[in-house]
Amino acid sequence: MNLWQTMLLAGLATFLIRYSFIGAAGRIDAPAWFRHMLRFVPIAALTALIWPDLLIEAGRLQLWPLNPRLIAGLIAGVVAWRTQNIFLTIGVGMLALWGIQWLL
Amino acid sequence: MNPADPAPPAVSAAVSSTSRGEFLAGLAAVGPLLLGAIPFGLIYGALAVQAGIPPLLAIAISSIVFAGSAQFMITKLVAAVTPGSLIVLSVFIINLRHALYSAALAEKLAHLPVRWKVVLAYLLTDEAYAAAIRRFGDDENPRNDPALRHWYLLGTGFGLWFIWQLSCIAGVVLGGRIPDAWSLDFAGTLTFIAIVVPLLKDRASVTAMLVAGVVAVLAWGLPHKLFIVVAALAGMAAGVLMDRQRSSA
Repeated sequence: MNLWQTMLLAGLATFLIRYSFIGAAGRIDAPAWFRHMLRFVPIAALTALIWPDLLIEAGRLQLWPLNPRLIAGLIAGVVAWRTQNIFLTIGVGMLALWGIQWLL
Repeated sequence: MNPADPAPPAVSAAVSSTSRGEFLAGLAAVGPLLLGAIPFGLIYGALAVQAGIPPLLAIAISSIVFAGSAQFMITKLVAAVTPGSLIVLSVFIINLRHALYSAALAEKLAHLPVRWKVVLAYLLTDEAYAAAIRRFGDDENPRNDPALRHWYLLGTGFGLWFIWQLSCIAGVVLGGRIPDAWSLDFAGTLTFIAIVVPLLKDRASVTAMLVAGVVAVLAWGLPHKLFIVVAALAGMAAGVLMDRQRSSA
């Protein structure tokens, strides 16, 4: 399988996932427990991408308090919580990261 | 949008939504998310070229797969010379969450012809879903017209798609000229933070976040990025369990 074929298959898989329930609407109904789980999907799936990016660097857990990504991520989290503003969250988060990297 | 805004004048009660108006409203809603998507697309393009993906394919992937976190992962897997079958499996796993977005929107799109469903499913991303679900759940918004919702979703999806293509192309063209010191990839993580934090409204959602985060870090060493699926399932289960415990208490 060359890279083009690989990517076409990956794209087809992605489309079929996205089309699954939309395409089957009316014929397949998601069970109640599944719908209940829906509420937690974006939280759980995106958190699974966020935490390792903040806490793991070069394959190692970086729990020390001077980890720049951890500090910048926490600052961004507070901004997101207080303002609910996506622009501010990203802007402040990037400035915090650059500032901390510059200081250290 | 802003709850602090004064009540609109009576005239606006007569405002009737149009398909064009809803499309433009969708475009506008996705606007703030673009600040995260643009640097993420730039860094994807740069990393893809550095990973040895031919420029044309690197650009095509943005249309074929059209999923930021999956594309980002692809560059890492190609750089590590991962077999094609494992790359497809990894993309499938990381994009599985979209099945749940699909289920969440299915009912609201059930009345549409197939061609609409195909287009909207293709454009269904984290960002488009986040923007759309906020609007669809807002029953008090007089412009939230169920008959025109698909135009709103098309606006969010297309807006993101268009900017995503441009920023990925720019990243490929700029190639390795973006200094690592800029840490532009971090903007993608910040976008996810900006989406997740406002969703943390009760104990169950906070539990889901904490469990998913801890499990992701603990399971990080699993092969094929399986930590993403394991952590997501653990977080979802924790949220459901917390809700049940509270309702039975």
